[in-house]
Formats: sequence, structure tokens, C-alpha cells
Amino acid sequence: MGTPELILAHTDERDLAQLDEYRAIGGYRSLARARELEPAALIQAITDATLRGRGGAGFPMGRKASLIDQKNPRKYVVVNADESEPGAFKDREIMGRNPHLLIEGCLITARAIEAHAVFIYIRGEYLTEYEILDRAVEDARAADLFGDVDVVVHRGAGAYICGEESALLESLEGKRGQPRPRPPFPPVTGLYAKPTQINNVQTIATVPKILELGVEEFAKIGVPSSPGTAVFSLSGNVARPGNYELPLGTPLRSLIYDVGGGIPDGRAIKGIIPGGSSVPILTPDQLDTPLDYDSIQAAGSFFGSAAVIVVDDRCCMVQLALRAAKFYMHESCGKCTPCREGTRWLVQLLTRIEEGDAVDADLELLESVCSRMLGRSLCALGDFAVYPVSSYLRKFRGEFQQHVDEGACPYGAESSIAGIEAPIDAHMHHPTVEVPG
Amino acid sequence: MSTFYDEVQALKARYPDWLSATMPALRLAQEKHGYLSPDALRECANALGTTPAFCESVATFYDMLHLQPVGRHMVEVCTNLPCALAGAQRVVEAFEEQLGLRAGETTGDGEITFRTVECLGGCGRATVVAVDERYHEFVTPEKVPEIVGAVRGNA
Repeated sequence: MGTPELILAHTDERDLAQLDEYRAIGGYRSLARARELEPAALIQAITDATLRGRGGAGFPMGRKASLIDQKNPRKYVVVNADESEPGAFKDREIMGRNPHLLIEGCLITARAIEAHAVFIYIRGEYLTEYEILDRAVEDARAADLFGDVDVVVHRGAGAYICGEESALLESLEGKRGQPRPRPPFPPVTGLYAKPTQINNVQTIATVPKILELGVEEFAKIGVPSSPGTAVFSLSGNVARPGNYELPLGTPLRSLIYDVGGGIPDGRAIKGIIPGGSSVPILTPDQLDTPLDYDSIQAAGSFFGSAAVIVVDDRCCMVQLALRAAKFYMHESCGKCTPCREGTRWLVQLLTRIEEGDAVDADLELLESVCSRMLGRSLCALGDFAVYPVSSYLRKFRGEFQQHVDEGACPYGAESSIAGIEAPIDAHMHHPTVEVPG
Repeated sequence: MSTFYDEVQALKARYPDWLSATMPALRLAQEKHGYLSPDALRECANALGTTPAFCESVATFYDMLHLQPVGRHMVEVCTNLPCALAGAQRVVEAFEEQLGLRAGETTGDGEITFRTVECLGGCGRATVVAVDERYHEFVTPEKVPEIVGAVRGNA
């Protein structure tokens, strides 16, 4: 492709998890450069590079850093490595194949905000990547790269909501991972109520590359409003799924067809979920949308975590909406009413529609529940639960209506995801079995 | 050999606030007791310097912490959207048939708990199955007997 890989550069030909291999390609030179610069100059570089968060919200990293009270003697850097958005598997690859780049980014970020402690919160399920990352941390520590900074890798224990930054901080403090009311935001009141810079793995891993290339060169990659690259996680009904690092602004069509090899078995695309399961679906007429924050938003969806899920024409959209809704119901922390109650209403209504028991008014009720949830929850999870349902309903209304009119799912067992079970089903239907002995 | 109590003290020392050691301590207690039994929660609370009720309130929030007995081995199939689109339900059914149970249950000999889980972060290599936290990727129904055989072989 001739694309400028930044984050995953050299990962095919070298084992960059080894410190000497990482150093052989110039690793930790950006850290040395950073230590010659004033912290304010580092924040300025990150700001000038227009580095936007790669975790989901796309918030400029430099703006977060500028909100931190530099005079406070206790500040923290926290890395959000709790990747759990369905469709996203890029951070796992970055940590597994280029852990030192993340560590270098952590140390530079710590220098920028003058923090002495870094916590990397990695999702509990990533055991193999935890082991690789933890070993890389120990190697870097032994090589005296930490200076006056300490890095702790902290494992989660299975909760999607902990990818939400305030829930992550609660969880890191040893509590249930329930989001905090905001403001105050983490740069003001974060971990242990201290100013905290919290960013996604890929965002932090991009920082050394900005110093390595220089702001001007970095800004030439991608599009002016969103410079740089993103590691796109491509999955679903596509010939070559996988992680692909591409410049921001790459057309969706190019990712799916040129890079991903198109749709297998001669099927047609029905929909494309461009940023992980929580974002509104796009339709094939939108394949020319450039993959950057502003363009995807203009197309009616979100960049999210750059997790592109392709859905072919064998899939029943009511079944897909129901499966997504069950996920968000399972992961709702239960703290605020619109999300806790709303996710249950969505699952019940979609179940009724899928089973052919719905009447016309149920579709209106479904729309109504969506609009009553949207923007009313304590954190974004409430909105995330709505977007798949409301966007599938809007774009595939005829299919929902067909379920009502025919009193049955028009796809039935022919749908590619027919009968798909969810963890919440086990909670509701199977009592725990006592283990003998 | 260090005791559970000592190991928890070492965990507490890693953080500016001891409370942050709660989750790693619960994980340690689960490894020792098999699941977070009332005894495990009491021991954990004692080592942390808090109450069993607090430990239980934290543990109930997280999917990887078990408040009920589970099998010695845990087999988990992701059935979230990307895996679903790749045919995860057929993998679930192959495990159910091979193990003679339904998702959420444990084999009669107490060896294997089988369950469906939400996204494991292997979407480009679907279907993803985790066996005792180690991932198997590109799993198809045909590969299920081999995976079950390997788990049983480790029993």
C-alpha cells in the first residue's frame, strides 16, 4: 500500500517486544529528546500536532494536558488499555507487538505534565498482552529508562464500562467501575482526586512518533483536521479481516475492498459499522466516506475506536440490533435510570419484534425509548446502547415493519446470526449449577 | 513461601492508596480458593483491612470474578457482533454438544465451566474462544473436539 506505518512499523520483521530490538529501530530516542525539552514545549507539540484521542471520543490530547494544574505536586498519567468496544482489537495488537512504544509514550506524557506515576489499566481478558507489557515495563525499568517515573500495569477484571474514563478511574481506585458525574473532568479531578491525563493506548503510542517526525512532518500524514494514522480493526463479513494502520482520511471503500479484499462468497454489503458496535450504521451508498473524525460525523456516524464491522446481506437487522442491545444491557452499570431501565426496554421490545409478537405501535415505542435515553445518561453508554438500535431502525425500517406485518422474522434461521446467544441469556435462563465435590 | 496476607501487602504497596489493591487481591483470592467463596472474601478483606461486604460489592461488578463455584477450567466463546457474523453460534452449539451442557453450566465432574462472553477483542480472528484466559482464534465447530480434548488432557 505504501502507507506510512507509525505505530505498527517494523512489527512484521522484528520482535519489538524485545528492548534491544526496539532500540535498534531508534526506540526511546524520542524520550531522550523529550527530556531535553521543557514540559510546556511537549504539550505545545502535542497540541500543534492536533493529536485527537484514538479511543472513541476524539478529544484533542493537548487540550486535556492544558487543563492540568501544573503546580499540583501530585499528578497522574493513566493509559486506557481497557479496549472492549465490540469490533476493536487494535490496542491488543499494539501492546502485544510494540509494548515499548506505549511505554515510551507514557514516559514522555509523564514528562509533559510533570507526573511521576503512570498507571496502565489493561482489560482483564488480555492475559497474554499483560504478560508482554509487564515484562517490557520491567525491562525498561532495569535499563534505567524510567528516571523519576514509576509505571504500574493494572489488570481489569471484565467490565466494558471501565473503558469509560471516569469508570476506569473508579475501578483503578479499587471500586465498582461506575462512571462519575462530570464536571469535574479527570484533568482537574482524576485518579485519587488528583489532576490526571488519561488517554487511549494508541493516542499515547503516537506521542513518540510526533517527536520523531516533528510536528510538521506528522501533520502531512492524514487530513488537516485529523493528522496521523489510525490502526483500523476490520472485522465481520470481509475476506481479509485484521488490523491495518492507514492514514486518517482513507476512504471506507479502500479499507474494505483494496485492503480487506472485499466481501466473500459474492455477497453484497448491507451495512458498515465504522467505529465499533456503539456507533450508527452506514449503508453501501456511503462507502466513499473518508475515515476521519469529521467526515464520518458528517455521514451521520462516529469515528469511535476505528473498528469497522462489515455486515453482509444475509443478516437480519432486528437480530443484529437485539444482539447489540443485549450487550449494552449486560454492561450497563445500573447507576443512572435512563441507561439501566432503557437498555432493558430496548431488549424487550426488540425481542417482541424479532419473535413476531409486535404491533405497529411497538416500533414507535422503540423510537420513543431511544429518544428518551439519548443524551440523558451519566456517561456515553446510554447513547451507545441507542445508536445501533435507532440507526438500524431508521435505515432498515422496512425490515422492522416486515417483522410486524408478517408476525415473524422474514429471515428466521436463514439469517447469518440466527439464534445467537448472549451472556445475559445465561443470566436469565440458566440457574447456576452446583459443582459437586 | 509468602502467604496470601503478605502478597496482598505487597500489592497494596504498589499504589498510592491501598484501596487500589482490591481487584488484584480479589483475583489472588480467587486463584487460591477456586472462586470467591465467603471464606475467600473474608480472607481478602482481612488482608486488605476492609470488610467482606466491600470486597463482595466490588467482586459482583466484574465478569471475571466468580461468586459461585466454577469448574477447574473455564471455556468462553465470544458471541458479540463480529464473532456472531463469523458463525459463533455454531461454535457455541458444538461446545454444548461436546460437553453435554448448555452455556452457563459446568460439567458434572466439576472440570469445565462453559459460557458465552462479550467481546474478547479478537474480532479480526473470529470466532474467539478463551480457555483459561488463553485465546484460540479462527475457531470453527470442527476445531471444538480438539480444544475440549486439550482441556480435558490438562485436567
